[in-house]
Amino acid sequence: MTSLRQKVLVLYLHDSALDSEVLAWAQYDGTGTERHGSGDSDTPPYKTGLAALRDGWRLIQASPLVQHASGDEFRTGYLKYEFFFEKLVQFP
Amino acid sequence: MSDLLNTQQMAEFVAKGCLKFEGVVPEALNQRFLAEVGHVPEDQVTDLLAHYGRIMAASGIPLVDAGTPLMQAYPQGSALADIFALPRVRGIVDSLVGAACVLDHHFLHITFPKRLYDAAGQTHTAQHTHQDSTIDPRRAFDVQIMYFPHEVTIDMGGTRYLPGSHLRIVSEAAVARYQNVRGQQHVVCPAGSLLVLHHGIWHGGGLNRSERMRYMFKVRLCPTTPQVRLWDTADLVEGTQPRPIFWTGLRPPAADVRTVLTTREPWFEADTERLEYMNRIRLWRYLTGNAEYDVDYWMTRVENEH
Repeated sequence: MTSLRQKVLVLYLHDSALDSEVLAWAQYDGTGTERHGSGDSDTPPYKTGLAALRDGWRLIQASPLVQHASGDEFRTGYLKYEFFFEKLVQFP
Repeated sequence: MSDLLNTQQMAEFVAKGCLKFEGVVPEALNQRFLAEVGHVPEDQVTDLLAHYGRIMAASGIPLVDAGTPLMQAYPQGSALADIFALPRVRGIVDSLVGAACVLDHHFLHITFPKRLYDAAGQTHTAQHTHQDSTIDPRRAFDVQIMYFPHEVTIDMGGTRYLPGSHLRIVSEAAVARYQNVRGQQHVVCPAGSLLVLHHGIWHGGGLNRSERMRYMFKVRLCPTTPQVRLWDTADLVEGTQPRPIFWTGLRPPAADVRTVLTTREPWFEADTERLEYMNRIRLWRYLTGNAEYDVDYWMTRVENEH
C-alpha cells in the first residue's frame, strides 16, 4: 500500500523576490531515498526560487518582512529570505 | 620573537573572520603533538568512545583553568608550549588578542572512520553548522585557533566554515538549518596548518569518509587588553581616504584596506551586504582606535545629523 510522503526544500534567497538568486539551501527527504546533510554540496540545487517552482516544488512558507527595531537597525543575524517548499510523493 | 601580522592580513580577518596558515608547524613538532596526545594507528582502534576516553584521561593535553594566561597554560617542553612559541604563531596571537591573552578552553576534536561510528551505534554524519558559545554581541573578540597536526584530505571532512559570518549575531546551533551556503569552505591542508577564526564564525565538523582518524586541536583565546594596533602597523595608511562611490569610471579598486572591507561574500543578501560593510568598518575603527574611519560613506551617511 502506498502513501504520500513529503520532501522539503528550503531556499535562502538574495532578496525578498522569489525569482532572486539562491544563496543557501537545505533538503529533507521524507521517503528516506535521498540523504542530505550539512556541507554535502557546494552548488545550489536551483539558481532561483522561481526555478524550484518550475520544477514542481510547491511554496508553503516565506519569511515575512519585519520592521527593524529601533536601535537594532544595522544588526545582522539569520539569513533573511527563507522560502520553504514541498513535494508530495507516492511512497513506496 | 613574534612575527606579527600586517595590516592587509588584519583587514582580511576583519572582513572574513578567518585567516589560514598552511604548514606553519614543523613536521617534527606535529609528530610530537600526536605522540603526546596518545594517537595510535587506526587499526588498533576498535571503540571510538574508549579511544576518546583514553586520550581524555591520559594524554599530554593538560587540564587548564579558564582564564589562565596562555603563556602559563602549557608545560615547558611540551609540544603545545613549543607550538605557541613559534614566531609565526606568537605573532598571530599577539596581533589579534595580545600577548597577555588568556585561555578560555581547549579541546581535541577527533572524527573517526564510518566503521567506528557503526560499531558504537552512532550516526556517521557531519556536524550541523553552528556558532560557538552563545549570543555574543561584543565588539571585542576572542579567537579560536584550529590546529591540524596531520594532512587533511578532502575525504577526511575537514572543518567547514563560512567566511564573513562572524559579525552575524545568532544563537549557537540556531543556524543548523543552513545545510549549505554559497562560499562555504572545507579545510584541506598540509600537516601543521592553522585556521584562525573570529569567535563568531559559523562552522561545523565535516563528514570523515576516509579510513583515518582526523584530529583537530582547538584553543579559544580571549584578550585582556584593548585590541588596538597590536599588529605590525608599518603599512597602515592613516586617515579615511575618500574615493568615488558607484560612479567609479570602471577603474578596478585598489587592493587596499578599503577594498578588503567592502568586498562581498557570495552569500550576502542584497541589503545585508551593506550592513556587513558597516559592521566591518566599526570593527576596523575599534582595531585602529580611529572613531572617524569610514569607507565609501557607509557610516558617514547615517551619522550625519546636520
